[in-house]
Amino acid sequence: MTEPTLSLRGLTVEIPTRHGLLRPVDKVSYDIAPGEILGVVGESGAGKSMAGNAVIGLLNRPARIAGGEVWLNGTRIDQLGREPMRKLRGKQIGMVFQDPLTSLNPLLTVGDQISETILEHLPLSRAQARERAIAALDEVGIPAAKDRVDSYPHAFSGGMRQRVVIALALCAEPSLIIADEPTTALDVSVQAQIIALLKRLCRDRGTAVMLVTHDMGVIAEAADRVAVMYAGRLAEIGPVADVLGAPRHPYTVGLMGSTPGASRGQRRLTQIPGAMPRLGALPQGCAFHPRCPRRGLNCDVDPAPGLEADGDRSACWFPVSDSEQVPA
Amino acid sequence: MTDETKVPLVRVSNLTRIFDVSKPWLNRVIERLPRARLTAVSNVSFDIPDRSVYALVGESGSGKSTIGKMVVGLLDASEGEVEVRAPDGQDDARGAGRTGVQMIFQDPYASLNPRWRVRDIIAEPVAARGGDTKGVAEALLEQVGLSVEDAGKFPHEFSGGQRQRICIARALADNPRLIVCDEPTSALDVSVQAQVLNLMSDLREEFGLTYLFISHDLTVVQHMADTIGVLYLGRLVEEAGADDLFETPRHPYTQMLFEAAPRMDAYGRDVEPPQGEIPDPINPPTGCAFHPRCPRAVDRCAAERPEMRRVGTSRVACHLAE
Repeated sequence: MTEPTLSLRGLTVEIPTRHGLLRPVDKVSYDIAPGEILGVVGESGAGKSMAGNAVIGLLNRPARIAGGEVWLNGTRIDQLGREPMRKLRGKQIGMVFQDPLTSLNPLLTVGDQISETILEHLPLSRAQARERAIAALDEVGIPAAKDRVDSYPHAFSGGMRQRVVIALALCAEPSLIIADEPTTALDVSVQAQIIALLKRLCRDRGTAVMLVTHDMGVIAEAADRVAVMYAGRLAEIGPVADVLGAPRHPYTVGLMGSTPGASRGQRRLTQIPGAMPRLGALPQGCAFHPRCPRRGLNCDVDPAPGLEADGDRSACWFPVSDSEQVPA
Repeated sequence: MTDETKVPLVRVSNLTRIFDVSKPWLNRVIERLPRARLTAVSNVSFDIPDRSVYALVGESGSGKSTIGKMVVGLLDASEGEVEVRAPDGQDDARGAGRTGVQMIFQDPYASLNPRWRVRDIIAEPVAARGGDTKGVAEALLEQVGLSVEDAGKFPHEFSGGQRQRICIARALADNPRLIVCDEPTSALDVSVQAQVLNLMSDLREEFGLTYLFISHDLTVVQHMADTIGVLYLGRLVEEAGADDLFETPRHPYTQMLFEAAPRMDAYGRDVEPPQGEIPDPINPPTGCAFHPRCPRAVDRCAAERPEMRRVGTSRVACHLAE
């Protein structure tokens, strides 16, 4: 087996508050192989973005990594100081955020912004950096990149701006890209274009991608493997066809049933009763048990079984077995 | 559901809305710029039968929200008109908005006054018409799955899904027959969205409501709608029953939209994404607005705007559809 690009081992993020210690990410372990797209899915407050921010060291104080390890290409990075971390960001890890307008500087041309990143990380001259910027814009499918390189962000449409942001994330040739809801602000036809672009770049360059989203449809289209998060913990992880085709964890089952279209022809959607618990008031035992239709005797006492990177697929005492799967 | 002899509840005929997006007068004089007009909605006609769900889908800039606002009466039409059949023996008086028409907005964080108690928010439509507000809010809160004690709370004490329930309760307070729902679940998580959509279906049956449902999410529309109208650049390009539309989309734009929409069973799928983006609505393409992106376009498409015509059970605005 090749060495994974990113590997999380029991990553835990804590936020100390006046009302006690909150744990938005709780003992999360997974690997992303080179050229693989891992979809991280969950509802708001599941900790999916927080895990991504922890990896690139963008946690806002007082949030901090309280435990576990983050390994990037065989180097441990969760204990790096400010300056080495800054060198790493952009060079080895690229970032794509949800809103392409706020992640670009409106006062600089897109060419200057891309050159700035290139000059920071690679030993190139200004002219060479500009050439590279044009090549990068060309690669993400911006027509007439030679002319557009001197345009300002406002002159681009939403989809084109997101392409610029992807070019920016890719220009120093990182080995990992963290894409946090990259298509949520876009229309479906543009979304399809951006997903296809991410898949192509990932395949051609062997870049690993952590794709954070709430949209099961986007996961199905783009991801190779999927990690489902609930209340800061990993609920289920596995190849996308297995998890979406035959979900094991009751939460994944509920999430699939709630998505219109997955249960076609059904007049009512399956409801998960209640809402995600607040971090300050997590229930005892498995965090999902108050909403779970399959909860058993000890679910309100024993914490859910932990998920190791190479172990079980679902963190549940009573996972849905293959023989119980409802044929689609 | 479709009864030909029945008068539809809502009749939208040749509805057009033009916005003036010109620069200020002085800039126009100095820079010698012409006036700029944006046609947000262009010649749209459809009927909504009583007690049905009519959905408008389209990407951003397709004019779906503008139509919704004109149906409620929050915007005036530039041309054409919206008729909402009044209850027997009453006129379609406009006054403080149309009677019997209510709206639910996309963002439940922005559409509730943070300084009002939930009781006052829900009873406001009744109070505005001078009705008796006693007990109105409490009864409606139970209808939408909240509790009577919630009446004394403020909006910030609720989650997004609960706030949207309050918005629904407020819309119901006026005893509406038509509710215009503008992306009612777009801001919600899927599990909460499922709860709200189920609630809306239940209330429709209980109160005999009609919905004009506006959304960009095809899966939600497929789940909720009886009839679907597809909009592109302010024009209605196709209208059909929900099942027919998803089974045999006839307009090339509808086909493209369905192809592009992410599907749950799509893993491993590798399709060519659609080309191009929605054109500038200030200078829309000539003829059929979709022709620059259409894989089947012929010369006639650039010259002549296709009219809506009946093809099978659908209405389609395409020269080539059959």
